[in-house]
Amino acid sequence: MQRRIVSALGVACVMLLCGHVALAQTASADPLAAANSYVNAPFDWQMWLPKAGSPMEARIDWLMQYVLWIMAGVVGFVGLLMLFVIIRFRANRNPKPSQVTHNTLIEVVWIVVPVLILAVIIVPSINLIYYQADDSNPYLTVTVTGHQWYWEYNYNSVPGLDYTSYMIPDDQIQPGELRRLSVDHPLVLPVGEKVKFVITSGDVLHGFYLPSLGVQKYAIPGTTLTSWTIIDKPGTYYGQCNQICGLNHDAMPIEIKAVPLADYIAWTKTALATYTDNTVPATPLSSPMPRNQLADATR
Amino acid sequence: MSTTTHDHAHDAHGHHKPSFVSRWLMSTNHKDIGTLYITAAFIGAMVGGVLSMIMRLQLMYPHNDIITNGNTWNAIITAHGLIMIFWFVMPALIGGLGNWFVPIMIGAPDMAFPRLNNMSFWFLVAGFVFVMLGLFLGNGTGAGWTLYPPLDNAQYSPGVATDFSLFSIHLVGISSLLGAINFIATILNMRAPGMTMHKMPLFCWSILVTAFLLVLAIPVLAGAVTMLIMDRNFGTSFFEPAGGGDPVLFQHLFWFFGHPEVYIMILPAFGIISHVVSTFSKKPIFGYLGMAYAMVIIGFVGFVVWAHHMFVSAISTDSKVYFEVATLVIAVPTGIKVFSWIATMWGGSIEFKTPMLWAVGFIFLFVIGGATGIVLANASLDQELHNDYFLIAHFHYVLSMGAAFAIFAGFYYWIGKMAGHQYPEFWGKVHFWTFFIGVNLTFFPMHFLGLAGMPRRYPDYADAFAGWNYVSSVGAIISGLSTLVFFYVLYSVFTSKEKLADNYWGEGATTLEWAVPSPAPHHTFEDVPVIR
Repeated sequence: MQRRIVSALGVACVMLLCGHVALAQTASADPLAAANSYVNAPFDWQMWLPKAGSPMEARIDWLMQYVLWIMAGVVGFVGLLMLFVIIRFRANRNPKPSQVTHNTLIEVVWIVVPVLILAVIIVPSINLIYYQADDSNPYLTVTVTGHQWYWEYNYNSVPGLDYTSYMIPDDQIQPGELRRLSVDHPLVLPVGEKVKFVITSGDVLHGFYLPSLGVQKYAIPGTTLTSWTIIDKPGTYYGQCNQICGLNHDAMPIEIKAVPLADYIAWTKTALATYTDNTVPATPLSSPMPRNQLADATR
Repeated sequence: MSTTTHDHAHDAHGHHKPSFVSRWLMSTNHKDIGTLYITAAFIGAMVGGVLSMIMRLQLMYPHNDIITNGNTWNAIITAHGLIMIFWFVMPALIGGLGNWFVPIMIGAPDMAFPRLNNMSFWFLVAGFVFVMLGLFLGNGTGAGWTLYPPLDNAQYSPGVATDFSLFSIHLVGISSLLGAINFIATILNMRAPGMTMHKMPLFCWSILVTAFLLVLAIPVLAGAVTMLIMDRNFGTSFFEPAGGGDPVLFQHLFWFFGHPEVYIMILPAFGIISHVVSTFSKKPIFGYLGMAYAMVIIGFVGFVVWAHHMFVSAISTDSKVYFEVATLVIAVPTGIKVFSWIATMWGGSIEFKTPMLWAVGFIFLFVIGGATGIVLANASLDQELHNDYFLIAHFHYVLSMGAAFAIFAGFYYWIGKMAGHQYPEFWGKVHFWTFFIGVNLTFFPMHFLGLAGMPRRYPDYADAFAGWNYVSSVGAIISGLSTLVFFYVLYSVFTSKEKLADNYWGEGATTLEWAVPSPAPHHTFEDVPVIR
């Protein structure tokens, strides 16, 4: 771990030398300021996937277009075929129905062609499954624990850095914050580094869902699932709980502040000091957090 | 298929007229029980429909205040799912139209076990009472229709509501299981002479395959629900991590039932569509054997794909690959069905009566729902799309538009045979077009919401999702108004004095129900029909 931080610092130095935006940010008092330059949130009348914030989401976006265009072709073909049949074989245009009920060639064709189409879909799709599963060699591992109704982030490589993240209630939203998406203490991650999420739950099922990064896993009590991401550029990214978890299922969003590595390292130092009072003691599974504590606070 | 029957001109109501109580509460007649099932399905659809209207009104605007308590919201979404599946689609297709027409189509005088038939109906009613208690008692059952623990265990869902909902699953499960046994026994043993399996109408094939799916899938659900009830009430820990149990086990058991369940809901629909398309194209069905065995293959493969519902849950990478490939394979027999329907229409002399409109609408919308199903079958894309509104759009395209359109196709096709009076053609078409516009406006924008990342089961959402949610709610209101047109159609049917011919659809309608009077007499086939 020591070596990794050293090498990461080296990367940060290179970035500084390149005149990267980090240069300006490291001088700033707020280590998270770099994340405010770019906000990747859902927008009005959005009709497609979020702008890809990670290589994973870029690949998902590509595969989605690939599969959806093929399927649009299939739907279009069937639709045109039906339109033709509906117009051409109306009772008043074709009063005498044919009685043909078999045609071996066409029946073989409509089995073979779909099989070929599926084969064309399956190959890149399976490649992406294995890519998504490869969480090896992360720079940083964060244990994400879902609770009713907040997230807990534990930075495995920064001993003691473990804090909770609650949604900002609707009546306390400040300008610049997004209702139902902004949180009090966002998850802070370095840009350009592989981050592994180890996802679990302290009570019921939750869903750790980051649409713009292409990450989604259930948070399941008693087991851990993993996922990973590499965030392309500094900015603010959002996600939401995506597995029904009770009363305030819609009130435990995820907000990520992605900052250059040097800023991230600076932030860990301040966070260790600031977040101590937010630290949640490790809760045994048999005694989760009181459930109704939050009920009225957020609704 | 040519048929002869000696069944006209006898007393339509048998030898005595039973009292209301003995006719409807103690019925052993497959047509009366079918009517009871259809009535129950109608009530189920109304209740489930009102719940969906409440949901769409709440979601019409962000930060809406129709429902201010998350527990109420969760109880509504749970009841909507359970009721629409178990008390609308299944009783309408299987208990209702299946009961009415399977015995007639195979030339049997009734179902094999008439008292069992009655019993399965009343289990359905008892189950409905329980699921409504689960909606209204206390906080209601708020775990979603998938009932995943730990959210519905004793700790996180205290109170009796969840127990009532779980027990209602048992009751409706027994109902379906007994019904399925009855259909299998009837279809395998009571076909008229000459009605070989390979001459049997496709609707009977679809019900037979469905019945086998029910017999194999329902006991697994019953086991899972029993374990949940025991975890809640008797201190076991099948699904409790603290006691060495595993919540993921429930997901496996649930979807081992749940995936065949989607074919249980759509195969009878396939059967109905085949009859309607063939009748109104005035052509025999194209590729009959391929159509029948495509359903058998769908039923078989449908049992080995369940974990595609768990692609973001605890599942190994290689299993994802297997379940993705197996799931995609189902597209092939489904493609056979779609292309065979189009080939049946090809060269036909198509009349666009109301049932045919619903059938053609079904085929096209089902293809759209199938296409998004192919997208979702990709485990790699599921990491983006699982549980978001893209999924909601997908399964409402195959259910709210697939199964529901087939139910309406079957209703308009057979109501004359069941009620003895025809529906008003103009209002039937108005119903179709308003419903078609309404449901597409409701569910198509959900694709966009899902791609943008809106999670399901949210009573309130980020403001950016407001636009398409508003459009969707407007669509839902149109569908709701369309249902009023359907009420008028029902009113017209039951107040009509018009008499109908035995075969009111003419040359295209060739199955046995068109050889008996309209309405079908209380006892059909007192003399065994012979199929040549």
